[in-house]
Amino acid sequence: MERDEVIIKAGKSALHYWREVWRQKELFWILGKRDVMVRYKQTILGVAWGVIRPLMTAIVMVFAFGKIAKLEQDSTIPYMLVVIPGVIIWLFFSQSLSQISNSIVGNGNLVSKVYFPRIIIPFSSLLVGLLDAMIAFAMFFVFCIYYKFLPSWHIFFAPIFLFLAYLGAFGAGLLASVLNVKYRDIAQIIPFVVQFGYFISPVAYSSERVKDEWWYPVYNLNPVAGAIDGLRWCLLGDFAEFNWQSFIPMLLFVTISVLFSIWFFRKNENSFVDHL
Amino acid sequence: MKAISIDNISKKYILSHKKKKYQNLKESMSGFFSELFSSKDEEETKEVFWALRNVSFDIEQGDRIGIVGSNGAGKSTLLKILSRITEPTSGQVKVNGRMASLLEVGTGFHPDLTGRENIFLNGAILGMKQQEIKRQFDEIVSFAGIEKFLDTPVKRYSSGMYVRLGFAIAAHLEPEILIVDEVLAVGDSEFQKKCLGKMKDVSSSGRTILFVSHNATAIQGLCNKAAFLQKGSLVKYGEVGEVLHDYMTSISKFQLQQNWETPDNAPGNDQVRIKNIEVVPEFINGSKNIDVRTPLKINIEFWNMLESAHLNLSMFLYSMTGECVFNVGSQAKTFSKGLIKGMLEIPANFLNDGSYYISVMIVKDTADPIYFMEDAISFDVADWREGTNWYGKWPGAVRPINIPVQTWKVDGLI
Repeated sequence: MERDEVIIKAGKSALHYWREVWRQKELFWILGKRDVMVRYKQTILGVAWGVIRPLMTAIVMVFAFGKIAKLEQDSTIPYMLVVIPGVIIWLFFSQSLSQISNSIVGNGNLVSKVYFPRIIIPFSSLLVGLLDAMIAFAMFFVFCIYYKFLPSWHIFFAPIFLFLAYLGAFGAGLLASVLNVKYRDIAQIIPFVVQFGYFISPVAYSSERVKDEWWYPVYNLNPVAGAIDGLRWCLLGDFAEFNWQSFIPMLLFVTISVLFSIWFFRKNENSFVDHL
Repeated sequence: MKAISIDNISKKYILSHKKKKYQNLKESMSGFFSELFSSKDEEETKEVFWALRNVSFDIEQGDRIGIVGSNGAGKSTLLKILSRITEPTSGQVKVNGRMASLLEVGTGFHPDLTGRENIFLNGAILGMKQQEIKRQFDEIVSFAGIEKFLDTPVKRYSSGMYVRLGFAIAAHLEPEILIVDEVLAVGDSEFQKKCLGKMKDVSSSGRTILFVSHNATAIQGLCNKAAFLQKGSLVKYGEVGEVLHDYMTSISKFQLQQNWETPDNAPGNDQVRIKNIEVVPEFINGSKNIDVRTPLKINIEFWNMLESAHLNLSMFLYSMTGECVFNVGSQAKTFSKGLIKGMLEIPANFLNDGSYYISVMIVKDTADPIYFMEDAISFDVADWREGTNWYGKWPGAVRPINIPVQTWKVDGLI
C-alpha cells in the first residue's frame, strides 16, 4: 500500500523498491514468525526438536567420522567440538537453502493474490534457520562445559560467519527460487544437494585433511567450506587456524551470487504469477 | 480527482499446445534420442491469447464501479493488473491513493495457526500495520463473531467461520481504493448482508470501490457505475443500470443454445450423440431477461445409434457453486435408431436469482449411464422482487414462491 501515485506498466518495477521493502519490514517479521510458529505445531516435543536435530547429527558424525574413520586420532581436542561448528553451519545453510528455494512456490497463494515486494518472502526465510542455529550454539556451550573447554575471544566474530553462510544460501537459493517457479526440477535438485552436500564440505572433518590435495581450490568453490572454517576459527581458537584459502573464494561467491540473484529476481518477480 | 486511470492496457498470454507424440515409454525414449541427434520437427504450436485488449477507462474518486462479464471476459486479469499482482503487456495504469485488494478471503491464512495469530498474519499481508490491527482487533473479532474460537487453529473452523474471519479483517482495512473480487459468493446470507452493508459504509465515506461479481443484484445495489467486459475488451462503461441491461441481454444471446449439425462432431459416443440443447425462456410482458418470474423450457435432442435400446433421460440442475439443486429423469422407453427429443419445464417463480448449469445423462436399462454431458448449458436468472424493501442477496438455491408461508391472527390478547 502506497500513499504516492503508483504507475503500473510493463517492465517497470516500483521506483522506490527498497523503500517499499523497508516499509513492509513488519511483514518480514510476521512471515518469519509464522514459519517459526508453524514449525513445531502439533508436535509433542515441540522446540526440543531444535536440540535433537543438531545433537543427533553431531553424534552420528562423531561416530562415523571420528570413531569408524578414526579421524579423531589427529585431533587434540574432543572430536565433538570439531564437529559441532560444522553441524551448526551446515544445518543453517542447508535449511536456509531449502526454505529460500521453495519460498516463492510455497507461498504461491500469497504471490497470486496480494502485492508486496516479493523479495520479502525469501528474506523472511532466514528466521527459522537462525533460531535453530541459536539453539545449536547453546548446545556447543553445554559441550564446552562438559569438556571443560574455553572458547577463545574469536567467538565475537561468529555472527559474521553465520551471516556469510546465510548470504551463500541466499545467493544460491534466490536464484533457485526464481527458476523453481518455472521449472519445478529445482525442487527435485535441492534435497539432493542437501543430502550429499555435507560430504563435500568440511562438516565432519577438518579442512586440514584435504588442504594439500591438488583439487583443494575447486573444493573451496563451495561457500560452506569457507563458512565452516571460519566458524571453527571463531569457536575453537588456537585449535583451528584462520583459513584464507577458503575465506576469499567464499567472499567472492557470496558477493557475486547475491548481486546476480537479486538482479535476476527483480527481473522476474512481476511475472511469477503467470507461471505459478 | 481521478483515483485510477486505465490507459490502453492489454495482457497477452502464450498458450502452447503440445501434441502427444509418443504413446509409451519405449517410443518416448527412442523419440527423445532421435530428437537429440536430428533437427527437431516442431510439434508444439503456440497460440497467442489476449486476456485483455486495449482497455481504457477512468475512475473518479468516490466511484463505486461494478465489473461484469461472463467467464473468461478478463475481469480477474484486470483486477490482477490493478492490484499489481501481474503486469500488463502494454499500456499503463495510474493509481492515486492507498490501495488494497481483496481477491480472496483469508489470503495467507495458515491452517495451523489460531484465529488470533491469523488476524495479525493476514492483516500484515493485506498491508495493515501491527498498531492498526491491535487497535481494531476487538472489532474484527466481534464482526466475525468468533470470540469463542479465537485460540483454535483455523483448520478446525467451519468454512463459514473461516470466510467470516477473512472478510472481517479485510473490512477493517482503511484504504482509499478497495478492490474486491467475488468474495460475497461465499458465506451465509446473514453474513453477505453484513458485508454489503460494510461495503456501503466504506463507499459512503468517499472511498473508491472496484467490485467484481456475478451477482447483478449486489452490483445494482452497491455500485453507481459499471464496466462490461467481453473477450478481453471493454464493451460498455457507464451508469450501472444501462451496463447491466446490456450485459444481461448479451449473456442470454450467447449461451442459451448449443447445436450440432451432424453426428460426426457432436459430443457423445458410439451409442448416442447430442444434437441440440437449448434453454427457451417464455418472456412475459416484453421483458428481455430471464428473471425469477420467467418460465423456462429446456429442450434436448440426441441421436440414438442403438437398435431397440431401453433409454431414459436424466437432467441435473446445478447452482453456480456446484451444488446439485435437483436431478429428475424421464420414464424409460424402448427406442429404435433415430433422433430423440426430450423436454424439461421449469416453472416460473421456482429458481432463485443466480447462475445455473444443466448436465444431461442418458441412461440405458434404467441403471447404466451411457453418456453424461457435464455443464451442457448454463444460464443466468436475474432478480426481480416486489413487496419488500430489502435488496440483499436472496438466500437459497431455489425461491419457490408457490410454497407460501401463511400467517393469521389467532388471539387478540397479548
